[in-house]
Amino acid sequence: MQDEDVIREFLVESHENLSRLDQELVELEKHPKDAELLASIFRTFHTIKGTCGFLAFSTLERITHQAETLLSQLREGRRDLNPSLVSLVLDTVDATRRVLGSIEASGEEGSEHFEGLTERLRVAAQLTRAAEDKPMPILTPPSAADVKPISVLTPPPAVEVPVPAVERADSDIAAEHTEDKSRDGEVAKSSAVADSNIRVGVGLLDKLMDLVGELVLTRNQILQFNTEREDAALNVTSQRLNLITTELQEGVMKTRMQPIGMVWNKLPRVVRDMATSLGKQILLEMDGTETELDRTIIEAIKDPLVHLVRNSCDHGIELPEVRARAGKSLQGTLTLRAYHEGGQVNIEIADDGAGIDVAQVKQKAIEKGFLRPEQAEKLTDREALNMVFQPGFSTAKTITNVSGRGVGLDVVKSNIEKIGGIVDVFSRPGEGTTVKLKIPLTLAIIPGLVITSGGERFVIPQVSLLELIRLEGDSGEKHIERVHGTPVYRRRGTLLPIAYLNQVLGLKSPERADVVSMVVLQAEDRQFGLVVDGINDTQEIVVKPLSKQLKGLTVYAGATIMGDGRVALILDVLGIGQRSGVLAESREQARAAAEQKTQFGSEQQRLLLFRAGSFERLAVPLSLVARLEEFPQSSIEHAGGCQVVQYRDRILPLIPLRDVLESGAPVKDLMADPVQVIVFNDGDRSVGLMVDQILDVAEENVTVRQKTARVGLLGSAVVGKHVADFIDLNEVIRAGAADWFQSAGKSANNMRVLVVEASAFSRGLMRSALDMAGYRVVEAANLDQALRSLEQHPVDIVVTALDLPPDGSSALLTAMRQRTEWQGIPVLALVDSAEQVQTGTAQTAGFQDCQVKFDREAMLGSLARLAATLASSEAALACVGGER
Amino acid sequence: MVNDGTTTKSGLAQTSGQFSTFFVADLFFGVDVLRVQEVLRFQQMTRVPQAPDVIEGLINLRGQIVTAIDMRRRLRLPPRAGDQTPMNMVVRTEDGAVSLLVDEIGDVLDVDAATYERPPENLDPAARELIRGVYKLKDRLLLVLDAERTVDLTAGRAA
Repeated sequence: MQDEDVIREFLVESHENLSRLDQELVELEKHPKDAELLASIFRTFHTIKGTCGFLAFSTLERITHQAETLLSQLREGRRDLNPSLVSLVLDTVDATRRVLGSIEASGEEGSEHFEGLTERLRVAAQLTRAAEDKPMPILTPPSAADVKPISVLTPPPAVEVPVPAVERADSDIAAEHTEDKSRDGEVAKSSAVADSNIRVGVGLLDKLMDLVGELVLTRNQILQFNTEREDAALNVTSQRLNLITTELQEGVMKTRMQPIGMVWNKLPRVVRDMATSLGKQILLEMDGTETELDRTIIEAIKDPLVHLVRNSCDHGIELPEVRARAGKSLQGTLTLRAYHEGGQVNIEIADDGAGIDVAQVKQKAIEKGFLRPEQAEKLTDREALNMVFQPGFSTAKTITNVSGRGVGLDVVKSNIEKIGGIVDVFSRPGEGTTVKLKIPLTLAIIPGLVITSGGERFVIPQVSLLELIRLEGDSGEKHIERVHGTPVYRRRGTLLPIAYLNQVLGLKSPERADVVSMVVLQAEDRQFGLVVDGINDTQEIVVKPLSKQLKGLTVYAGATIMGDGRVALILDVLGIGQRSGVLAESREQARAAAEQKTQFGSEQQRLLLFRAGSFERLAVPLSLVARLEEFPQSSIEHAGGCQVVQYRDRILPLIPLRDVLESGAPVKDLMADPVQVIVFNDGDRSVGLMVDQILDVAEENVTVRQKTARVGLLGSAVVGKHVADFIDLNEVIRAGAADWFQSAGKSANNMRVLVVEASAFSRGLMRSALDMAGYRVVEAANLDQALRSLEQHPVDIVVTALDLPPDGSSALLTAMRQRTEWQGIPVLALVDSAEQVQTGTAQTAGFQDCQVKFDREAMLGSLARLAATLASSEAALACVGGER
Repeated sequence: MVNDGTTTKSGLAQTSGQFSTFFVADLFFGVDVLRVQEVLRFQQMTRVPQAPDVIEGLINLRGQIVTAIDMRRRLRLPPRAGDQTPMNMVVRTEDGAVSLLVDEIGDVLDVDAATYERPPENLDPAARELIRGVYKLKDRLLLVLDAERTVDLTAGRAA
């Protein structure tokens, strides 16, 4: 099946190439010095030769190889072109054509071996230029008239006695004229494949698709027009237009369709290679190779498919001995299945391997910090299984060169979702795993449900639609219940979160209606109900992109023109779900993490937002926060001029943040009761920050930044469209609980740490963490500054971002290793994602350790270890006393 | 398509060209005539909830969906009187056609390059961002609108 496809393509392509060759060779005779032309001819032969070798057509390969040799001599200038050579090459072209004809007819090269031609080619190739010059000097390029008869020289019959080309040159033109005809016939037959196929530029097809889109819109308008009038003639015509348009649309869409087999073709090889290298036995079965998909979609799923197949081979199917122990056949089976279902294409990648252990997935998710243990318990098996698509997740115990790095499955998911598809995974331990992709047939024209809300019409892509619910009677609204203010609906026994489209889009809510119309939508793998004012009908709509000014709105997927000529917006179900908050947070996190991964080096992080005094929006990285607590005013006591509270059998010093930030301001008045306290930990000591109100947790790419000179603030940045001030925890604590800080200083090792990081903001955060832990911090923004600092201050440990400008931090490492006094300084690399830590790139690059940039505990832990080794080695050197 | 001669970056003198003129409140504007695709009466508009407020909505321009920007709001001018329907001036930009909703359409004018001047320094920032320069006509001032900046809603926000 696959071979046939390949051969067919080869035939079509070769026929085209050969026709071009004819022309080019004739042209070459006129301009023998045209290097470009020669190169093109050479390339064509080379291509055919290469493909023949690949497809094991040995005769053809031999012929074309010799022609190629001849041409390369010409190309290198080792000989000059003469008519006999040209005809020889043309003979080769004809022979090639005949073999192709035979391949097309029978699938084989046929019995002809072309010994005569081969011999002539061989002899010609051996002739030196000198020998050739004498009998056949070429004085001037022959005129077109001269060329013509030569170019119709026929190939010798297979039994022909070898004649050196030089002798044959200008003889028997007329003699072979009769044969010419028969060959013409053959040529005509042989190009049957070429004749029934035309190569059309993709651009033209896309243009056609656009035009059909326009036509569909116009058709919709005419149909609408028709329903408004009662004109029999118009009715008939518009019905006809309707039919033709639909057919045309299908036809044009078909021109862009390609069977999925095109992508699958390369998979047998992938599986074979994987099986060999892993020592497994894997049988690949493919079902539904003829299932067709739009070419843009084919392109988009290519890589994800390969990845999934590799993943199944690597992690799914077990080693033969393991399978034997489990009582399975030694050979594992990997099944690919594609089929149409409900206007979508389903693709399944199923293996009969070990399956995925849900408990292990949960365990891993907890270890990686994606889930808290109590969350993991609540997850259904299906939800847990889908955790494998989280960025940075891998259950593989060992990292192989194939997979297990935790990179990839998330990319698979995001790529599939980008084209409006859905990824799902099912697994039974011991029986195997199935990954199911649901993919739209095409992207340009989609069926959609038209709904109204707040007086406006919107379209919801049918793909995301699960069901329509109509709640009637006086109890319409009563069916919607509330969980702590959040509306939910009992749908067949489970609670479905609900969003109101009016509220999401900020439209006017209608009069309280008896009837509640709700569409149940699916976004990613979550479902939610969307309450709308009215549900109209379904239509084929043409998706048009929104202009740049509106690109930022995630709630819309595009716009379309309705039957009445007005524009309607297409809702982006995922965007609506996220905006309304019905899609669970874990998804958001995964998405945010994924984004963070793609935007290398950006500073996405979770921030705790709160209010204190006249500062409406203050922020602190959530990673620094230990807990949020509430204490009644009455429990706050005074000790040593400081406010404290008894907390978990200890005394927790409290710092009134607004006093620190607004020192001198007449406050002390109404502190809320109970008092909101943010608790920060350092080792086993804690300090509480009293604030007025905890606002929110935001996950943000921190963008615009501004340094402030104000005490207690690091600077300000835009968080969620508003400016927030970042507090300088170090300063605040120093100002508010000085003795706490001093004791901290005493207990810490007092080492000097050089922080090298390009972003002043990140540096500030790191310094704050290090200061609190009692390190003395020197900062540098780039390589030069770092080296200067190293020269000026004695530094014990260097902490550097891996992506240090200009050339990464390895330059720093190299420079340090060249100076003897710096050689012993340990260097800790900070990277942006957990994966980089896992892969160990930093260690191999020569760094002592590697941690994620904003993981404060990990960084401090790592530093403590490095400090300990330093201390012990220095002790060994008997460097007693000194500062530390 | 894009190269219509109006894309001079600096505030230096324009090539003495023709300008399509229009009114927004009491301001008299001009856009290079080659940039103007067409002028339409007020069209049925589809609102875009959650969009920036300068965006009035989307119109269907013979199968093409065009975003309409209200020039009054873009220039932070008071809204037009309730009975006054704006006109659509559809201009070509780097990102396709965009409709500018203006109060009234004026004539196409030939202007003399010698009468060109940079906008005054003390211009309202909202307007300064969009006005490239001023032609001193006999009876009034013609403000040259920077169409690209007008349709770029992110411009001037970050600064």
